[in-house]
Amino acid sequence: MMRPAFRDALLGLTGFLVLAALPLVFVSSALIDFVIRCAALGLFATSLNLLVGYGGMVSFGHGLFFGMGAYSFGIIMQRTGMPIPLAILLSLGVAALVALVVGAICVRLKEIYFAFVTLAFQMLVHSMIIAWVPVTGGDQGLRGGIPRPPFLGINLADQKQLYLFAAALLIIGLLAMRHIVSSPFGYTLRMIRDNPVRAGFLGIDVYRTRLTAFVLAGMFASLGGVIMSLFVSGAYPEFAFWTMSGEAVFIVMLGGTVAFLGPMVGTVLLLLLNDFVTRVAEHHGLVLGIVILIFALGLRKGLLDFVMDWIEARRTRRGAASLVPAPSPERIAT
Amino acid sequence: MLEISNLVKAFGGVRATDDVTMSFAAGSLTAIIGPNGAGKSTFFNLLTGALKPDSGDIRLDGQSLVDLSIGQIVRRGIGRAFQVASIFPSLTVEETMLAAVSAHHGHSGRLGQRFPLPSTLTHTAHCIEMVGLTSKRATLSANLSHGDQKLLDIALALVLEPKVLLLDEPTAGMGPEERWRVIEKVRELWETTKITVVFIEHDMDIVFRIAPSIRVLSYGRVLAEGTPQQIRTNPAVIEAYLGTEHEAAA
Repeated sequence: MMRPAFRDALLGLTGFLVLAALPLVFVSSALIDFVIRCAALGLFATSLNLLVGYGGMVSFGHGLFFGMGAYSFGIIMQRTGMPIPLAILLSLGVAALVALVVGAICVRLKEIYFAFVTLAFQMLVHSMIIAWVPVTGGDQGLRGGIPRPPFLGINLADQKQLYLFAAALLIIGLLAMRHIVSSPFGYTLRMIRDNPVRAGFLGIDVYRTRLTAFVLAGMFASLGGVIMSLFVSGAYPEFAFWTMSGEAVFIVMLGGTVAFLGPMVGTVLLLLLNDFVTRVAEHHGLVLGIVILIFALGLRKGLLDFVMDWIEARRTRRGAASLVPAPSPERIAT
Repeated sequence: MLEISNLVKAFGGVRATDDVTMSFAAGSLTAIIGPNGAGKSTFFNLLTGALKPDSGDIRLDGQSLVDLSIGQIVRRGIGRAFQVASIFPSLTVEETMLAAVSAHHGHSGRLGQRFPLPSTLTHTAHCIEMVGLTSKRATLSANLSHGDQKLLDIALALVLEPKVLLLDEPTAGMGPEERWRVIEKVRELWETTKITVVFIEHDMDIVFRIAPSIRVLSYGRVLAEGTPQQIRTNPAVIEAYLGTEHEAAA
């Protein structure tokens, strides 16, 4: 059997090649824009699922880090003009630092308190963005464009190159998160999600594990923010508003929390819905609301989880009709 | 050897553990019985550090455990399985054990490598084998039978390589057949590993058939101790607990 790490790398490479070939097959700038937005939101939603699906920590304030990534990157580029890769790393560092402080306070809290205190921190940062006009541009956002000096022969001012760059960041980010959830740390996180008391009895430092997960999730969310700010060449207060966090929760619910790629499926679904519905319907919020109700009440799980469970059930039925029927409990990320 | 001397724990006016003195020889298998409210679970909570005694001493191989934290006591060698199996429902048996062994080795925070770590495989397989779950290692813990969940809980305690294993009602909530299967496994485990095993049990048939040594608690005090034969015929025990049915059987 193929080693799992190798298999994931191969899948990642294939994914990148498919994305790279896409614009050659379908010449459409709308498609390019769509994929870049998928990259930004997909990284953001998948990072939220590190907390929700794997860690059992439902954050309502994850948008904080998306906004943090967009603003730090934009401000760094506007003020220093340092090479883009360096600015990205620095932005991730800023997000990690903020996540460390916010997480240190939040991850001790029980579910509902965790959800609301993360939301409170997000609103705090949002207010700071609005108020700190000289640095952030206030409610007008970070305007005037973000400079994109070429580096290593890559010119991100060119939309096609930006597309490849975003696709590469997406694949790298997904592979890194995939590695995290497949590491001993990832399994420790699942243990804590299932039974924190028993995990403590086994000598696991519950607080430290949760905090590490929170910081990592914050960093990947900010990478999504960086891509978004490159795409729109700016940063806006909405990136750090609660609706942004809500959108990520929405995506995770749509796509699923068990399968690793559930949030990616959710992202594509939401963006398709968004683009389609706004074109044909006047009250697109109403349509989106009905769709989420169908998922929550009808499927009772995200789309990819639903499909995976269906395939699994079919296989068990075929494989062992005579054996004891395997009950399928509410599965969570494995 | 686990020695308990003059242990006292009171909740308000109730002395749940009232001047208890007893010892468990290394490698022994002992059952603790007693009516509801006799202080059995409190006694276990004191031994594991979940509760602090008001006075008295607990010594494992001569060293006092009284002022240590739960974690330190676990590391000194007192393992515990819970009354309600405390497991990780969404992990398979093998994943649970691999992750527990990683934690025991202090590697639970590793991000650099893939799970499972090669260094954890042998000990994991050994612990799963000890409780007889090898054939169910790929089963999701949530889908295990009650008895197997309990055995998995015991296996989790075994990961830490305890000198003393405390089992709080290992057969609680099971049907008769499963009870015997689980308790036989516990005895087998004791025979092969020679870990000191102490278990709380309500089913007298199990106690009398499995445990070479029995301690009876009543109202927080030690009412009697001895072999099954001695306990069966002890008038104080019969009056407090067993009733006439067992008197006749004896």
